[in-house]
Order: sequence, then structure tokens, then C-alpha cells
Amino acid sequence: MAKVIEKAQQEKEALISGSEAIAVACKLADVDVITAYPIRPYDTVMQYVAKLVANGELDCEYIVAESEHSQFEIVKHASAVGARVFCGSSGVGWMYAFEALTVTPALRIPMVAMVGNRALDDPGAFGVEHNDALAVRDLGWQLVWVDSAQEALDTALIAYRVAEDRRVFLPCAIACDGAFLTHSQSMVKIPPQEWVNAFLPPYNRGDLQLHPDNPITVAPQVNEDWLMELRKHNDEAMNRSRDVVIPEAYRDFERIFNRSYGNPFFEEYQTADADVVLVGMGTLSMPVKVAIRQMRKEGKKVGFVRLRWFRPFPAEQLAKTLSRFGAIGVIDRDFSFGAPYVSGVVATEIRAALYPVDKRPPLLDFISGLGGREVTVPDVRRMSDMLFAARAGTPQPLTTWVGVRE
Amino acid sequence: MADAVDTLPTQQLDPFKGVKKVPLEEYFTSGHRTCQGCESALVMKLMVKAAGPRTIVLGSTGCMYVANTTYYSTSWVVPWMHTQLGSSGSAGLGTAAALKALMRKGKMKEEPINVIAFCGDGGGADMGLSAISATLTHPQYNVLILLYDNESYANTDIQLSGSTPWGAHTTFSPPGKVKRIMHTRWKKNVAGMLAAGHPESRYIGTVCASYAVEMMNRVRKALTIGGPTFIHSLDPCPKGWDYDPMLSHELGELAVNCGIWPLYDVEDHRLRLYGRTKQIVEKRTKRQPVRDFLIRQGRFAHLTADDIDYFQAKIDEMWDKWLLPGVLPIWKDIAQDTPPAT
Repeated sequence: MAKVIEKAQQEKEALISGSEAIAVACKLADVDVITAYPIRPYDTVMQYVAKLVANGELDCEYIVAESEHSQFEIVKHASAVGARVFCGSSGVGWMYAFEALTVTPALRIPMVAMVGNRALDDPGAFGVEHNDALAVRDLGWQLVWVDSAQEALDTALIAYRVAEDRRVFLPCAIACDGAFLTHSQSMVKIPPQEWVNAFLPPYNRGDLQLHPDNPITVAPQVNEDWLMELRKHNDEAMNRSRDVVIPEAYRDFERIFNRSYGNPFFEEYQTADADVVLVGMGTLSMPVKVAIRQMRKEGKKVGFVRLRWFRPFPAEQLAKTLSRFGAIGVIDRDFSFGAPYVSGVVATEIRAALYPVDKRPPLLDFISGLGGREVTVPDVRRMSDMLFAARAGTPQPLTTWVGVRE
Repeated sequence: MADAVDTLPTQQLDPFKGVKKVPLEEYFTSGHRTCQGCESALVMKLMVKAAGPRTIVLGSTGCMYVANTTYYSTSWVVPWMHTQLGSSGSAGLGTAAALKALMRKGKMKEEPINVIAFCGDGGGADMGLSAISATLTHPQYNVLILLYDNESYANTDIQLSGSTPWGAHTTFSPPGKVKRIMHTRWKKNVAGMLAAGHPESRYIGTVCASYAVEMMNRVRKALTIGGPTFIHSLDPCPKGWDYDPMLSHELGELAVNCGIWPLYDVEDHRLRLYGRTKQIVEKRTKRQPVRDFLIRQGRFAHLTADDIDYFQAKIDEMWDKWLLPGVLPIWKDIAQDTPPAT
């Protein structure tokens, strides 16, 4: 106990935003090369990084690129030489980098990036939607959604640890809801450097490092002769991340930082006795939790599962957890036009995860909070009412847009 | 302000004094699948021979990617990495930045390592121009970008690029029954444009591998000067230009001698013509008619006498009217032009 208190005293607290929390994580991780390009709302992180560099608090090559494509290509190549790198974008900026985003996991580059989730153009909207980050879900990017500035800082450190683990060597994007997290301040515990050093070993690219002492040829043409085997390697790396490396990293994090996230893959809120459950990612947990507390006072037992890691997707764990409930409501802050049952991306994935399970409760999808529109407490109550109706056997539409003008 | 630009030292690569002083060691060797007579493969070989073993090469998509590296074999003795079609500038920048950060922070042994990023004309004159331009504005990173210009997207079946000469027959500009000339754009002046727009780059030059020692020495000069530098090489391409592979060397010479491909350096902001180009400008030798260059290539077989006259007139303009002949397409007599009617 004495050790724990001693640890707690070493932590500093600061009132900072989600973006600033990730900039602080870059400093603690001693990142070597960072590239910036402006687009709201992620770019606040680079403004904080620039200040850290200007004040001599972060020793890195800080490059302002001329496009997102270059931004991601520059750090991709820096990582191939052995540098720890950081990058990021939002909305259509992330899409502008898409070619670079495609080759980064294919080359086993452990880049860490921040996505300040933003609606895709057109028409313009600054607010949060998850379609930008979700667009890379098939490519080998690890994707983790966070809910608070503290979780953003901690997860950035965990992301470096997981991505740079030789058993993984895949990039990781930390998705932060635009405005709700990127620009909202809260009290954050900033760990001392020694703890971070104990948790995060230096990036070692080993025999994949591009250097005259190790004159390898990277990414030659393979064609049909070898591409399938290489894809399989990436598949295995992603599975190792889920089964071994992410759980290990969270265990060590808890031990060194004395802060526990419980199950690394998803947070459960008041699920122990819940009859129905809502599932969502990111900052919508705030209105959902408030609504759940209200409804509980009225005797409506609603629980909430906040999914953190979307890639690798914790299918078995999540399916096992969700099959306990009388009905499942997924809140999708995204769209997937023409998808099965016109659902969003998260609901479609969860339906797929549930398929091998014996007990499959009714699953309703709620498309909500697009373009930064708030998911309100009344919205959540309406969703919950539909779940109770579904649980009672009254058929409900499989997908409903909630909070949209009719 | 002396600390404003913090650069790493470069390797001191003195010019080769004649072909007999060129080392025998090859760093781009057998194992590639380039076409017979491919001048771009020669450019790769000379480029890395000039740079030496302590070099990292980044290659953007194109012939010199697809034909040179096939998994389980590689023609590169030095470390080599593929980069995307439009990424030669970014690849060089990222590699140089990583070396600088890692050496400064004591995470890598300090030594000057050459970084060369190459691209074809599709990757340089078209898609990658923006990233190359950005890289040439970063004085603190030592990176050479070499554009090997075979004047088409040759790897994908000869499609026209922004660097394809006017009138050329490509698979995207075939002469037809109604339209004889499908490609009506004039070739971009990439080296001149980059020299005009990037005051922080200390070396920008044009080369032709028909003049191999001069070409290698320009690579050595660029790497020794350091900072972001650029070399534009014109590479005759038997497949794309449609000629007998034995003519590659001769066509390179003809491009220079006809005044189509001026050879020049811009070193520390000073323009210097060299080789046959210098002789032409100093009137020590006559510029050959462009016809001599055009008629040897199948891609110009559909040109009429009028077309060739037009081509000649445009080349004459380069030499007679440009403010910096062959370099900068701003006309000398601009001040004397009649002002627009009010």
C-alpha cells in the first residue's frame, strides 16, 4: 500500500483536453519523428506537439507536411529506419492519406496515429462521425476508441507498446471523438517518466531496419507467388495482438501505473443485473450512462458496454457477454449505406460476432449522433424502450435512425 | 540565426576524374528484369555506383520498382525500400528525418548516410510533384531526389505523362483517323520549375546517362553539397519511344545535341550549362535539327512535316526567346511587349 501511495504522489494532475493528453503521451514516449497537417479537430494535438518542441520539452523531428498523404508517408519511412513516430488526421484528411494508410500495416510499420473523428465531406461538418477511422478496418490497422482525456493518454502509451511489439508490428490508431474529446478538458493524471520507461521499451526494428548495416530490400514485387502468405502473416499478427499482446500490455500498465481498465477490450457499465444492454464507442457513453442512472431509478434495468478495441475485434468475449441480455441495442455513430439490414458498421460486426453463439438475443441498431449531433438522454431512453419491447417479443425495426428530423 | 538550420554532415564524394577512375564495385547488379536497352536501369546502376555503399535508396512505383525487385531476388546491394507512386519526396524526407533524429538522440551511430529517393516521370512530374516540392523546402535534411524520365508511364503499357513530348504516340494518345495528334500538351519543365521555386535547394541539375561520368559526378556533387537536392535524368526507352534498343545511347546524345534536353546545373543558385549544351550556347557547335531525333522513334512516326516544323519552332523558342535559354520559360522581351489595350 505504501508503494501505491508513493506512486500516486509522483503523478501530476493537469486540466487538459484529449488532444493535449495525446501530445503529452508523445513526449513521455520520446517520439522521434512527428508529421503534422491541419484539419479540424485532430490538429489541436499537433498544436500542442509544436509547443512542446518549441519549448524543448520534446526532442523530435517535427515536420509540417504538404498533405496528409505525405504526412503519413514521411512517418512510414521514418519508422522503417527505426524511429518511433506519431501522426494523425480527421475526416477527409484521413481519406486523403488512404493510400499511405493502406501500405503502412502491409509493411508492418508500428505507427501510432490519432484520429479526431470527424464527419466526411460533403457537405462540410466538423462534428464527430466514426466513418473516417472505420474506413481502415480491413487493412491491418489496430483501432481503439477512447472516452476521456485520461484514457487517451494511457491508451496512447499502450498503443506504442502493442504496435511496436515484434509479435505485432502493426499500426494503431487512437480514435477520439471530435470536439467531445479532442477539445474537452478534464483532470488528467500525468505519470512520471520513470513509469513510462518501465512500461514502454525502446522501439527495436531489428532485422527489418533499413540501414546500410542491414542492406535489405523492402517490399519487392511478390505477385501471386507470395502475397497470400504475407497477408496471412498480418492476420496472425492481428490475432496475437488480441490474444496475447493487448492483455499483457494492460496487465503491465495496471501494475506500473496503478490504474486499471478492467477488460482491455470493452468497459461494462451496470451490466451485472441488466435486462437489456446498449453498446457504443467513444464519448456517447456520457449521455448513455446518465440515462441509465435515470432509468434505473424507474426500475428499468439497462446496462451499457463501451467497446474500446474495434480492431482487433474481441468477437468471442463480446459475444459471450452480450448473449446474457434480453436484447442488445447498438448505437452506431457511423453509416454503411446498403449494408445488411441497413445497419451501421458496429452493429453489423456484432451481429456477425453473435452468429456462432447459441443464445442470440434480438439486436437492434440505432444510427445516431451523426455529424456531431448530440446523442441525448431522451434519445437513449427511446432506444431502451424499443429494447424492452423487443425483449418482450414485440417485433422492432432492425435499424432505426434516432434523433433525425423526419 | 546560425542555429536556424541544423544539418548533418555529408559524405565527401569527389568527382571521378575520367572513366578509368570509376570504381568497379556495383551496388545495382544482376537480378533485374528491365528491357534490353533500358537507360533507366543504367541510371540506377550509375546513380548508386556514384553514391557508394553507405546509401539508402527509396524507389517509388514504376519500371524501376516492378522490373528491379522480384521477391526472392533483388538487384540492390544497398538497402532499398519501395515507396508509393507519389511519395519519393516524402520517402526521402522521412528517411532523412529518422536518421537525423536517431543520431542526435544517440539511438544510432553517427555517420553520414546518403539518402536517395527516385521516381519516374509519372511519380515526379505528375503525382509526386507536390511532395518533391515540399521536400526541397527542408534545408535541414540531406536527401537527393532523382527523377528518371522515360517520358511515359512505361511500366503500365506506355501511357502519356506530364513529361511526354508533344505529339508522341502513347497508348493513351494513339494517332487516329480523325485526330492525328492526340497529345497536344508540351512537356513539363520540371528541373527549371523546381530550380525557380526552391531557393533552399543548393543543387538542381539535369543529366543524361549517355554522358555517364558527368552524370555520376552530378550525383556525387548533389550528395556532397547536402540538403534537399534534385536531379532530372532523361532516359531513352526502347519500348515507349519505339526504337531499336541499340540506339538508346545515341538517342540520349541526340536529345542533347538537338537542344531538346539541355544539360545544366544550378549549384548554390548559380546556373551553369555543361557538356554539349554549353558548346551549343557558346556557338562552338551547331544545334542539330530536331528531325534527327524524332525520325528515329516510332512514337513520332505519324508526325507530318508541318508537325516537325512546329516541334522545331518550339525548341527554337526555348533557345531564342527564353530569359534563361533552355531553363526558364519566361521570355526575354517581356518588358518590350506591347501593353494590353485599355
